[in-house]
Amino acid sequence: MIEVKGISKRFGAVQVLTDISAVFHTGQVNQIIGKSGSGKSVLAKCIVGLHVPDEGKVLYEGRSFHDMDRDEMTGVRQEIGMLFQGSALFDSLTVLENVMFPLQMFATTSKSEMEDRAHTCLKRVNILDKDKLYPAELSGGMQKRVGIARAIAMNPKYLFCDEPNSGLDPQTSIVIDELIKEITEEFKTTTIVITHDMNSVMETGENIVFIHEGRKWWQGTREELLMSENKELNEFIFASGLMRQVKKAMMGKG
Amino acid sequence: MNTLTHIGRYFLLLKETFSRPERLGIYWRRLVEEMDLLGVKSVGIVGLLSFFMGAVITIQTKTNIDSPLIQAWVVGFAARQSTILEFSPTIIALILAGKVGSNIAAEIGSMRVKEQIDALDIMGVNSAGYLILPKILASMLINPFLVMVSMFLSIFGGYVAGTATGIVSATDYLQGIQTGFIPYHVTYALIKTVVFAFIIATVSAYQGYYTQGGTREVGISSTKAVVYSNVVILIANYALTQLLLI
Repeated sequence: MIEVKGISKRFGAVQVLTDISAVFHTGQVNQIIGKSGSGKSVLAKCIVGLHVPDEGKVLYEGRSFHDMDRDEMTGVRQEIGMLFQGSALFDSLTVLENVMFPLQMFATTSKSEMEDRAHTCLKRVNILDKDKLYPAELSGGMQKRVGIARAIAMNPKYLFCDEPNSGLDPQTSIVIDELIKEITEEFKTTTIVITHDMNSVMETGENIVFIHEGRKWWQGTREELLMSENKELNEFIFASGLMRQVKKAMMGKG
Repeated sequence: MNTLTHIGRYFLLLKETFSRPERLGIYWRRLVEEMDLLGVKSVGIVGLLSFFMGAVITIQTKTNIDSPLIQAWVVGFAARQSTILEFSPTIIALILAGKVGSNIAAEIGSMRVKEQIDALDIMGVNSAGYLILPKILASMLINPFLVMVSMFLSIFGGYVAGTATGIVSATDYLQGIQTGFIPYHVTYALIKTVVFAFIIATVSAYQGYYTQGGTREVGISSTKAVVYSNVVILIANYALTQLLLI
């Protein structure tokens, strides 16, 4: 479980996050949603330790991340897997080497065991046959799969996905969403997905945090999300005609 | 951001760079790769420049001291002194700041804007150490060899130009390059080279590591890496010359 308590973050004169508190549950796909520029990525970066919050705490299983010493922090980081928006694969390494990278840096197993583990992860994301290619030779969807394989290589307890659907076609987006959900259930990870893709929210979101103007505006399940009467949340969710029709249909049923 | 902030952040980055590495084996492999990329792949340009600069130094020296009062071997002497004391260590360092420095800043800057450095940090890898330390060590180890190659080719270029044009005989040139030779001057040149290599690698890595934005900013970082490396090299050159030669 990850808990954030009273997180605030400012860049120069701009207050990006204000007093955000939320709980992200183990074995669930937790989602942070909000408009572009709302502060959701900054919140995620505060949680994984890329930004140090000006105020507040991030608790990993009750341990305050930013109060840890360097070794403890490194230990927690090795329990984190992250899928980046642009995949962030290392250009000079092959797919297999990318997935093996965290193992080579931290695992104490032999090279053949590391290769076996990397192959298992690649098989899990259905991209085993591309192991000798370089990231530039892969499509966006394939790169995301490799990113997921690298993220799960160390058997993470926490999985972060920053806009996993960005730049992907709707079909591939669904495949990636399903993969994230399956991995969350299989590995019992605390998964946090940063997204503004409503399809993704409706398909996989179990615990949803809505960030608006740097504040936590709303938190709940996807069923509660559709019934919410929060004005800003409704403006965000039902911005598209399709979502408005979904709501109308649901109201009709109700 | 003011200059003092940059200087402070530069030294903090150095502290991070030299802190405990995760896996020495991986760093060793990276060191060998960087020595190839930053050093071996620069031999061609260094060799070409050195040969022709040596040739030009010889011809210009001869045309400027063409007097019956000055002995002919002085041309070889001047070519050797110019090469060992200044051309090979300093001018080659400035050229390497352009070639290697921009490469370092562009590579690390691209990794920053593509979130690859964030990926390293989140994995718990010391990104500064992993990316920058092998480049610093590789530059400091390989640049002295490049400079020695440069010294040889520059003096040889002077010999070829001098004898081919007939402005100085082979005997006079060879006498000149042996006259009044002080071995310490080579040591001085190599000390400067190692310091300049450190400056090129660290200043360029600093520019790349703190790149913010997109591809345009990577280009800006790359340009800044060359400009600031050159400025720092010139200041260090003056300081080292005073410290080591006077």
